[in-house]
This record gives sequence, structure tokens and C-alpha cells, in this order.
Amino acid sequence: MHAFEYVAPHSVDDAVTLLQESGDAQVLSGGTDLIPQMKEGRRRPPLVVDVKHIPELNELVYDPVEGLWLGAAVPCHRIVGNGAIARAYPGLVEAISLIGGIQIQGRATVGGNLCNASPAADSIPALIAHRAVCHIAGPKGPRTVPVEDFCTAPGETVLEPGELLVKIHVPAPPPNHGGAYQRFIPRNEMDIAVVGAGAALVLDERGQVIQQARIALGAVAPRPLFVEEAGAFLAGKPVSEEVLEEAARLAREAARPITDMRGTAAQRKHLSHVLTRRVLIQAVQRARGEEAGRRNGHV
Amino acid sequence: MSSKVMVSTHLNGQEVTFLCEPRQTLLEVLREELGLTGSKEGCGNGNCGACNVLLDGVLVNSCLVLAVETDGRTVTTIEGLTPPDRLLPLQQKFLEHAALQCGVCTPGFIVSAQALLEQNPQPTEGEVRRWLAGNLCRCTGYDKIVRAVLDTAQSLAGDPAQDSAKEVGR
Repeated sequence: MHAFEYVAPHSVDDAVTLLQESGDAQVLSGGTDLIPQMKEGRRRPPLVVDVKHIPELNELVYDPVEGLWLGAAVPCHRIVGNGAIARAYPGLVEAISLIGGIQIQGRATVGGNLCNASPAADSIPALIAHRAVCHIAGPKGPRTVPVEDFCTAPGETVLEPGELLVKIHVPAPPPNHGGAYQRFIPRNEMDIAVVGAGAALVLDERGQVIQQARIALGAVAPRPLFVEEAGAFLAGKPVSEEVLEEAARLAREAARPITDMRGTAAQRKHLSHVLTRRVLIQAVQRARGEEAGRRNGHV
Repeated sequence: MSSKVMVSTHLNGQEVTFLCEPRQTLLEVLREELGLTGSKEGCGNGNCGACNVLLDGVLVNSCLVLAVETDGRTVTTIEGLTPPDRLLPLQQKFLEHAALQCGVCTPGFIVSAQALLEQNPQPTEGEVRRWLAGNLCRCTGYDKIVRAVLDTAQSLAGDPAQDSAKEVGR
């Protein structure tokens, strides 16, 4: 690894000042992406700012009314190990539980998954489906950005020089809410999604009519893809195989995948369709309280 | 070259102070500065688990931790997890089941599996396989390792006196 300076500030203000003064500094939280990138020489920051000592970035609070506050430096194992959060947002927690194996879960953070901005990041489609919002601090003051607008290109985000992702807010799940995330990988574990699909929806109190729905896809576009039109199509429609199938078709249409070592564009189009249908069915089952008992999001 | 930093870590039950550069990983410092060569470098990028250690009791890849990050924290390596004068039940079962051949991956598997058994003393086969997915072995084909872990869990459940799987690591 190249030589760099290391600093571990204890406040958001200090971190912002350091990031602003250095310009080329990199934020370190779990390090599971940054450290390999530095070892390979893909990133050569002169300064590494370790944000794990900042209290706000370690916050993990769930309240049934206020929703979930997820600090950007909270490692995945803390979220996955929290029963109340797993029950409130099974689709989101499944996605987070799929990031790497156990030893990666011990370090990797959802904030880092967002800031690394991989098109195939597992947590991001689920965060988009669950209406998550990024809370950012910076030299010009705080601002918020919906997760679907946070990534701009592979490895690039809306963060400007000096800005820091502090925490992510996920609204409380309303009654009759269901969410799901599934991905396709050729192995059983520890792999990068060929395609990932996240969905969250709200049914009426009889569990028959979809009141609102959001669908997002991973690994089918230069950034995690919010398929707004598929969710909008579902809003107000009674649950039926045909309706879910049409939303899945819209997701397939929205996907703009490339062919690479993990899969072909045609395969990814097909997977967008199949996975969207599956996560919608699972989200409906969860909203109705008739979960089939799948433990994690493997296909 | 950046200047060296003084780091104090609670390592395997002892307070240890060392000098390192920020660019040095915990694995590099363990092996090359502190003489703890039980943790192995397989891939160096978090895929193989041969370098697994516990950081504040949490299983991590030491190749993906900067040594400076461990200041004021607790690190347990394979050397600290295993008693010097006898084998842990898990190690004994690795021998009985021939769960190793070349042995490079073994310290990482022992650290991982021991952490699993502390958290979940009676794991299912699926839970063992999921937990060990981040540890790669190119010799055994994994079945013998999985059987050794399951047999350890079973023998510890059947023999409460042999409770030593729980005595270490935290």
C-alpha cells in the first residue's frame, strides 16, 4: 500500500474540516472496499479519515413511529443481529446480511456500501424500495438526498468535497407493509450480485389492494436503478398474478445491463423480470403476515 | 513515507505497544512486527479468511484492518484463542476428521468456527456452512471441516464438563 496519513476525528465537524482541507482524503469506515482498493493502487489518498469514532455515525436506533436511524459507520453485524430491526424491515435486513461473509459483516457498513457506489451493491436497491434518505454533513451545512439519487455512476456519488455521509433514515413501516430483496449469484454465499431486486409495498387492510409500491434493481445500470414506473403501475391495483407479472415486465424493460464476467445483458434482463416477480410475491406474503419462512435472500 | 504511529492494543490478553505506519495492515504487523505467524495471508483482500482474528470479539479479516485502527481495542489471534499446552475440542476434532491437509487455512477456520460455537453452540449444518463461507480451503472440499465442527458441537453438548469451547475468545 502507498504511504498515507491516518486520522480518527471524534466529531462530524472535525471530519468535515479534515475532508475539506485535504481535498483528496478518503473516508474509512469498515474498510472492506477501501483497503483492497488502496492495496491494488486504485485509490491513493494522502489522508485517510477514520470516522468510526464519531458518535452520530455509530447510532443505530429503531422506533416504530420515527423509523430507523442508521449511522453510516455501523457495521452490518449490528444491524443483522438486531431482532426489532429485522422484524420491522426483513427485506432490508436480508439485503444487508448478504454483503460478504461473516468476517466482512463484522466490519462492512451500509454507509460504505452506499459511498462505494457499486452498481451491484446489495443494500442499495432495498434502501431505495424502503424510501431511505441520506443525511449528509458538509462545509455548507447539512442536506438530505433520497438514496435513489445518491449514486451517480460506478464509484461516484453526489458527495461534494468536504461532505460526509452521517446517517441514513428509513421511515417506519406502515401497517400491512412488506419488503423483500433477492439476488442471483452462481455460488451459494459470498458473491457479487449478477442481478439484485428489492421491493417494498403497502396493502389495504384486507390485504387485497396495493396502495403503494417501490421497486429497485442492482447490477443492471451504471447505478442502482429505481424503477419508479413499476411501483406507480401497481399503486391502486388489486393483487393478482397478472398485475405482479406486468410490474416485473416493466422492471425488465427499465433494466439497461451490460455483458461482463458475471453475466450477459440478456441473462440480466431475464433475471430482472424473474427476481422482481419473486420479490413482489414475497413482499405481498409478508404484508399479509403469511411469510413462507425463507431465511435469507438467496434464489 | 509517512511517519510511524504508536499503537497500544490489548492483544491475546496482554497490553502490547508497537510502532507502525498507517499503511500497514493488522495482519502485516502481527506477522512481521510481533512474530505472531499463526494468522496467514492467503488472498490479502478479504476473500479467504486465513487471516481471521477477533477484534473486540467480532470476527474480522486482519488483512482488511489497518493496524492503527486497533489502538485501544482488543485483538485475539489464533495464538490467543488456543491454549499452548493442549488442544481445544475443536482442534482435536479437526485431527480426528482429517479436516486439514496443507494447513494454511486451518488457523482461520479454527478462529471462525470457535467464534460460531461461542455464539451458537448447536449450529445446523446449514448454519456452519453459511458461517464458514468466508473461509476458503483448497484441499479438503469442506465436508470434513463441517463434520468436525458439527461433531465438536455435539460432543460439547453431550459432555457439559468439557465446556472449554466457551472459555476463550471474549
